Amino acid sequence: MNGTEVKASVAPGVRLGRMSFVWRPWVACVTLLLAVATFLVFCLSIGVGDFPIGMSRVIATLLGKGEQVDEFVIMDLRMPRALAGLVVGIALGVSGAITQSIARNPLASPDILGITGGAGAVSVFLLTVSGGASAAVVSSVGMSAAALAGGLGTGLLVYFLAWRRGIDGFRLILIGISASAMAEAITTWLLVSADIKDVARAQTWLVGSLDDRSWGAIRVALWCTLALLVVVACVAFQFKPMHLGDEVAAGLGVRYTRVRAVLLLCAVLLAAVAVSAAGPVPFVALVAPQVALRLARYPTPPMVASGLVGALLLTGADLVARAGLPITLPVGVVTAAIGGPFLVYLLVRANLR
Amino acid sequence: MSAEYVTGNEYGAHTSHGGSRLAARGVTVGYGSRAVIDGLDVAIPPGVITTIIGPNGCGKSTLLRTLTRLLKPAKGTVVLDGEDVARLKTRDVAKKLGLLPQAPVAPEGLTVSDLVARGRHPHQSWLRQWSSDDAGVVERALAMTGVSELADRPVDSLSGGQRQRVWISMTLAQGTDLLLLDEPTTYLDLAHAIDVLDLVDDLHESGCTVVMVLHDLNLATRYSDHLIVMREGSILAQGHPRDVITAGLLDEAFGLRATVIEDPVGDRPLIVPIGRTHVQAGQSEQPGQSEQFGHSEHSERSGTVPAEEYAN
Repeated sequence: MNGTEVKASVAPGVRLGRMSFVWRPWVACVTLLLAVATFLVFCLSIGVGDFPIGMSRVIATLLGKGEQVDEFVIMDLRMPRALAGLVVGIALGVSGAITQSIARNPLASPDILGITGGAGAVSVFLLTVSGGASAAVVSSVGMSAAALAGGLGTGLLVYFLAWRRGIDGFRLILIGISASAMAEAITTWLLVSADIKDVARAQTWLVGSLDDRSWGAIRVALWCTLALLVVVACVAFQFKPMHLGDEVAAGLGVRYTRVRAVLLLCAVLLAAVAVSAAGPVPFVALVAPQVALRLARYPTPPMVASGLVGALLLTGADLVARAGLPITLPVGVVTAAIGGPFLVYLLVRANLR
Repeated sequence: MSAEYVTGNEYGAHTSHGGSRLAARGVTVGYGSRAVIDGLDVAIPPGVITTIIGPNGCGKSTLLRTLTRLLKPAKGTVVLDGEDVARLKTRDVAKKLGLLPQAPVAPEGLTVSDLVARGRHPHQSWLRQWSSDDAGVVERALAMTGVSELADRPVDSLSGGQRQRVWISMTLAQGTDLLLLDEPTTYLDLAHAIDVLDLVDDLHESGCTVVMVLHDLNLATRYSDHLIVMREGSILAQGHPRDVITAGLLDEAFGLRATVIEDPVGDRPLIVPIGRTHVQAGQSEQPGQSEQFGHSEHSERSGTVPAEEYAN
């Protein structure tokens, strides 16, 4: 502290060609580390299995310089599953970051707003009511479409019910919890009245699982997620002032109703795509943005870091579920078991400081 | 660059074209089917502090929100620098007019400099999210509001008065010389309220046109050059506090029995509410008969005041 001159420390800017943005070294550093960690876990996850492949061989194969055997095992057999973990994790993380930011409340994740619940209920309806008759439809396109329709439908319903001269965070959450509870009740009712064989399949799907992913199943999810992320990236700049509340944002020249509608639609679609690809994996969308903002030491959920934490959490959980435990568990069980304590640890650490 | 940050020295360009920069013409606004304001005309005089006062529910916040385009009038227009704001881009309005809503809340942990930096948003784009101009403007806005030393502190760790200074600093970073403040002293104790209003007066001294809504009548009287008194959605009286504030008007607008005396420290009238208890004998009987301060005969009072009033 030099007493003579008090100069406000305003964040420095960086210029890249015609682009310029605020330079936050810590956020950039954390994001980079998360990306590297996600990539390493992704490679590790590909390498683990009945035919173990070392990390260096995995990376060589990914770069197109691997041996033919490795290439077959990695690209044809294991890649879809690993990629599904990555894509679903990113989609859930970004979706959670958006909904939590819009509601200005960390509770407002797609799980709690009824989006995953609605997607689950409609999928289980398809699985149990249609029965084995249309097994082919159920296995791929049908399930994805059902989850998408259920998630989107519930999301829009909750949004319009919560609308009263604008969106209030608490109202959104309360209505979301009600919708979620209703969806769960419907799911339970469907399971109780369904055929026992369908119930077993539905149960596995409901916990969230990356088993039996094929290229066909994840291709749709992959492209949908990429397209949605592009939209989110375009709107993200207009979203920045909205963390200060609707009226302040309006004063700063943001057409907040439109920006919020676009982003919320993206969040609902991202969550629905994730559910359609892996089932309603619990906890990732809730915990990833909160972990990301604490790691990045940033007041609002950072989008990129949230997506990466989501991917890291899901890929890591899948790795643990397959290789780290004596029994094989669905990934959803492990995300809750890892994500929950880690968030509690971050909260407690903040209290102790 | 068109919209640059305006400070006291650079100011002057805007005052040259006289007239009102912001006016409402025949606006009808309401929530749902209920009209809170019905066919109101008002013009904000340039270069001074205008305060809208009136009893709860009289439509003063509604009027302020209409002027800032937060509410869309069902009928009538709001004119900013000669243009209908409904036809302007939201972003262009934000470059001309700064708005501070009532009791805004910053996300937990957001630092003062980050909050003030958000004020640059109307001047930025997806590609150009931060420039050296922005840094300079934010530094000046922090300095003008006396919060430079707090730049690295989280907003939620500050006192109410400091926090309000920071928010005003953010609207300054917007680079406008037209500030609309909705009850900037809400939740502040008297000392902090005075502190914030002194800051508002500094901004006025440096050339800003300020419009605010205040609840405290004595603070409104002391700090404003122009008062707009509202009742039931229309304007009851407007003008200089010395001309407007009379016991009769207070009774008419608020149903408040008060005596208006000369302010022992200021050059404005001082309102002393009469109420019921501990009142000296002889004071409580005749409302409206109490001593009136100053030039009450000049006060103009009408349901609607022509918009051209300040367009001389």
